[in-house]
Order: sequence, then structure tokens, then C-alpha cells
Amino acid sequence: MKARNKRLLLVGGGVALLVAAVALVLTAFQQNLVFFHTPSEVYEGKAPTGRAFRIGGMVEEGSIRREADGLTVSFAITDTAKVIPVTYRGTLPDLFQEGKGAVVQGMLDAGGHFRATEVLAKHDENYMPVEAQYAIDQAHKAAQTVQQ
Amino acid sequence: MTTPSRAVTRNPEGILRFAAPQQFYPLAGTLAPWFAQAAAVLTAIGLYIGFFVAPTDFQQGEVYRVIFIHVPAAWMSMLIYLVMAFWAAVGLVLNTRLSFIMCQALAPTGAMFCFLALWTGALWGKPTWGTYWVWDARLTSQLLLLFLYFGFIALTRAIEDPRRADRAGAIIALVGAVNVPIIYFSVQWWNTLHQGASVSLTKAPSMATTMLAGMLVMALAAWMYAIAVALWRVRALILERERHTEWVGEVLEAEGRAR
Repeated sequence: MKARNKRLLLVGGGVALLVAAVALVLTAFQQNLVFFHTPSEVYEGKAPTGRAFRIGGMVEEGSIRREADGLTVSFAITDTAKVIPVTYRGTLPDLFQEGKGAVVQGMLDAGGHFRATEVLAKHDENYMPVEAQYAIDQAHKAAQTVQQ
Repeated sequence: MTTPSRAVTRNPEGILRFAAPQQFYPLAGTLAPWFAQAAAVLTAIGLYIGFFVAPTDFQQGEVYRVIFIHVPAAWMSMLIYLVMAFWAAVGLVLNTRLSFIMCQALAPTGAMFCFLALWTGALWGKPTWGTYWVWDARLTSQLLLLFLYFGFIALTRAIEDPRRADRAGAIIALVGAVNVPIIYFSVQWWNTLHQGASVSLTKAPSMATTMLAGMLVMALAAWMYAIAVALWRVRALILERERHTEWVGEVLEAEGRAR
């Protein structure tokens, strides 16, 4: 075998071994690499208990309620299968809206109520002009009227 | 000496003759200004589309316009690292000096784009997510990429002997390349705060056409810029390494006369 081919084999083999090792490590740490859990996972007991963690999902439509003190907000976070009630005291990000993604950090209390210490808005990958969103809303309304 | 690399540099044929630093030096000097001009023109067009033609986003408002810099910078930071790993592998296998020089010439530009992606991302994150930084898989692996660039640059500069510096750097470049697919697929493999890709080869882009056009023009501008700067840096590195040879003396003399 030529020296060049030997070196090619060495470099190629080394990289292949490394990729395999990294893949194994990442699979082993799968749980720790997850930034948030979905409400369904929380119900299945996959979320950590006794320490703070994050739940990610959609803010349920019509669930946002502000308390009289003006700072405390309660809402529900859902992945359309399960719903978890959340209370949070503090300022919310601008993009925090009903029907949009959010990630909340905090702890579950005994009653299955999530006490959040931090709320982040999760943006999706869709970018479109204001007019397009307006057109979609109109089409949506029209479709609903037809159904009724 | 019968090593293959010497054979290539001794019997130059076709495009392979440019593997000799002496041959590549003038070629890089001819090409670099063209890439630089293309970069300037494309940046002007891209920024014009991005700031004046592309519409306001329905949800984020004006702050989304950071993507015209953020996304091309992030793409470039990953691509440059892969190209570095490619040249590192070629250098290790074929023993070609120019491959290692290419690898080292790209590193500072890659680091710059990587920093730019992280920085613009943080500035966007505050108004959008409500935080500058989170330790999710995407952001953390991108930060690791910045440290890999810094490590590569520091290591290759710290070792005096260029041949040993080349090899040590090549190993970081190859090992670190494993991180690039992790960055790219992190948003699919794990739940991350960072959103998924709006543009990918496997599905239709989830962006309005003018927004997409601005972003792609800026990405092309970033390519042109990176190539131009890398070519100029290759020239400087070649002169530095071959300073004891006759041809460098002649080139410097000729350039001195031209001035």
C-alpha cells in the first residue's frame, strides 16, 4: 500500500471512530440535552421532580388571566394533548401571546400547578409580511363561515 | 525523494500545478479583487432588499431584519469550518503545504462570522425570547464552534515549527468538524428554544419571497467576502513561509518597483 493511501485510511478511520464516539455520548446524554419538556412528557413522569425544569408548548387560547396586582399572570401551556396551568410574576416578553409558543422555567407544586420563575417566548420558523397574515386570517374566517 | 506531494509540485500539470505556493500566489492575487468587488456589490444589494424592500414580519415586526446578517453569518461559520476540515484532511493525506495554509487562512474569517452570528442572535433574542442567552443545544454548540476556532488559531500560532503547527491545527480542524452537523441538526434532535430552519434543502422555505431573496443575496455576499479575504491571507502566509526562497525575493522586488 502506498504511504498516501495508508494516511488516507488513518485519517478516515480516525474521523469515523470519533463520529461513532460522539454519537454514543450524545445518545447517552439525550435527556440532559433537552432544553424543555412537553406537557405530555410531564404527565408521563419524564420531567425531573424536586428541581426546576422547563416546559415548552403553546399558550392555550383564552387562558391568559392577569391578577389584580398587575404583575401576576396565570395561563395554561399545552401541546394540544395535555394542559398544564402556570402562574408567573414578572414581565413577559413582547412576543408572548395566546396561541404562540412559550417556554416556562420553574417547579411543579404538589397540586400539579407550575410556578414559573422565567417565561420565554419561543418563535417559530415562519416569516411573512403583515399583509399575508391578514389574508390568512380572512381566508380562515371565510372558511369558518362556510362551515357554519 | 519520491513522496507523492513532491511529485505533484515537481511535475505540475493542469489545475494541480496551483498546489505549489509559488504558482498559487499570483493566481490568488488576480482572483481576490474580483471576489472582493462581488462581495461589495452583493452586500449593497442584499442590505437594500433587507432594509427597504422586504416587508415587516407579521409577528416580530422590524426586529426580524437581523436575519439578513445573522443567518448568512451562521451558515458561513459552519461552512468555513467544514472547508477547513477538508483542507486539513487533504494536507494530512497528500502532504501538501498549500492545503494547511488554506486551512489557516480561513480560520479568522470563520471565527469572525461565528462571533457575528452569536452576537446578532443575542441582540435578537432579548426582544423576541426575552433573554440574551440560554444554554440550549443550538446556542451551546455554536459557542463551542467559536471556542474551536479560537483553539485552532491559538494552537497554530503557538507552535514555532510550521510543520508541527500545521499537523496540530489539522487535528483540531478534523475533530471539531463533528460539531458542525450537531449545530445544524440540534434544532431537530432536541427541544431547543432556537426555532427550526426556515430554509433547508429538503422542504420549501417558510419565508416570504423578498425576505428569502435578501437573505440569500447576503449569504452569497458572505461567500464572496470569505473567499476574497482568505485568498489575501493565503498570499501573506505564503510570503511568510517562503521568505527564504529565491522566488519570494523576486516577487517582493518586483512589487516594490511597482510601488
